[in-house]
Amino acid sequence: MRRNGPLALIFHGIFVAVMVAPIVVVCLVAFTPEGYLSLPTNGLSLRWFRAIASYPEFVHAFWISLGLGALSSFVALLFAVPAALAIARYKFQGRAALAALFLSPLMIPHVVLGIAFLRFFTSIGMSGSFAALLIAHVIVVFPFALRLTLAAATGMDLSVEMAAISLGAGRWSLFRRVTLPLILPGVISGWALAFIQSFDDLTMTVFLAAPGTETLPVRMFLYIQDNIDPLVTSVSACVIAVTMTALILLDRFYGLDRVLAGKGDTGR
Amino acid sequence: MSAVTDMAPASAAATPSELTVRAPRVLTAPALMLFVGVLLIPLAMTVMLSFHDWGQYKGIEPVFILKNWREIATDPYYAEMFWRTFRIALLTTLITAALGAPEAYILNRMSGSWRSFFLLVILGPLLISVVARTLGWALLFGGNNGLVNKLLMSFGLLRSPLPFMFTETGMVVALTHVMMPFMVLSVWAALQRLDPQIENAAMSLGAGSFTIIRRIIMPQIMPGVLSGAIIVFSLSASAFATPAIIGGRRLKVAATLAYDEFLNTLNWPLGAAVAVLLLVALVLIVVGSNALIERRYAEVFR
Repeated sequence: MRRNGPLALIFHGIFVAVMVAPIVVVCLVAFTPEGYLSLPTNGLSLRWFRAIASYPEFVHAFWISLGLGALSSFVALLFAVPAALAIARYKFQGRAALAALFLSPLMIPHVVLGIAFLRFFTSIGMSGSFAALLIAHVIVVFPFALRLTLAAATGMDLSVEMAAISLGAGRWSLFRRVTLPLILPGVISGWALAFIQSFDDLTMTVFLAAPGTETLPVRMFLYIQDNIDPLVTSVSACVIAVTMTALILLDRFYGLDRVLAGKGDTGR
Repeated sequence: MSAVTDMAPASAAATPSELTVRAPRVLTAPALMLFVGVLLIPLAMTVMLSFHDWGQYKGIEPVFILKNWREIATDPYYAEMFWRTFRIALLTTLITAALGAPEAYILNRMSGSWRSFFLLVILGPLLISVVARTLGWALLFGGNNGLVNKLLMSFGLLRSPLPFMFTETGMVVALTHVMMPFMVLSVWAALQRLDPQIENAAMSLGAGSFTIIRRIIMPQIMPGVLSGAIIVFSLSASAFATPAIIGGRRLKVAATLAYDEFLNTLNWPLGAAVAVLLLVALVLIVVGSNALIERRYAEVFR
């Protein structure tokens, strides 16, 4: 394999610098000691991180986002694991159509999903509730949960299951003691990726959230619409820190390129 | 996957054939019911909604009329808005392809540990909140004396500051940054299928770097570039956060207009019509170009 020339490396340097620039700027501005937007030139200060505590809307929104992300990813897996096992192992009528349907939330613009869910939940009198948000998030994160579980179930060594059956394992203990432990890395990564998707979603959630059920991205977006000040940069810095932690863990345990491979691919 | 068709838990209880018919039905039934109940029905309701009537005082009237669709078809405001949406998406797609493909190629030639480090740096932003990333661009643009303008002027690339906030230029720059990981990922996947020996063979036969890139590399990664382009285009055309924050209240694209109709004007039927049109246009574009690519590059897709 040939090496990169100096020109290629310069291009690479600029490319990477531009990719990280907006994220770095947000994190730097968050540490400003001034009362207005500026890069911290006279020392660093945590005043804007302390300011978050006196703005309960952000704290509340953070807990909503965290709970919603954790719960919706878990519920999505309850539906996705059996579906993934069926799609990975059996050839049945309508298998391709089902897989396409289950991955379709990836293809439908989130603004359309937001509108559809708002219309639906309003007509059944659930609009603005946490339950409505939860159901909507389950649908949106389902493809991510399904895809990683599917990958794990497809690559599984079936002879282990055969052995368990021949030793007299029942269907449930077969699943709980053999199948589930074997596909667990895929299931956990699916949960983590689904969590990040739910935690970050703005476009769909902005249609459904009401005061009291606003998630963190929605709260941040509405705040930015009015004015941009250092407070929202310190909140963003916290969000970035949470995501980076999840990301590094995902990369360690599963490999980021594996998690993301075909993420945007519409499930051909 | 096909090797495990007639799977074995069968032998425990039922006959294989009976189980292969029933088991997948039972296993997929909960998810299927969920999707029909909470995805297909709401989508159908939205399509219906776009045909309803609406008035300032009477609210939504469940009748079947073409008023909203006629308004979108005749009022030049909507034509201009959709044209802006697709122009921004197209520009974003072209720039991500022009910069992302070379970057993926450079990444692929790096040694193992550097490669995985930079892959993490470039793909990582994909999972970081779009609001936070766009906020970063708003800070960098920041009026006429923002960092971007200062930098471009100090390098002599610009004479006078360029307005980025509340302009299409700014939207394209920020969207390009948001979408770039998808392009790099897609080209990267195509590069993984490429046999490095072909490059060496071309070199040993006397081909120069430029010829190798143009005649050997380009044709092979083109399917990756094109499928990346489809993803980037459809996501940019339906993007909400970035156009809303960078474009402000006046420069509307399809997603932000639909949002306005729903949550500010409260004209839901019109908003639904805009959203349905966006969905239909995107599905047609994506399915159409997918079919074209697959026919053109049938052999690459195995």
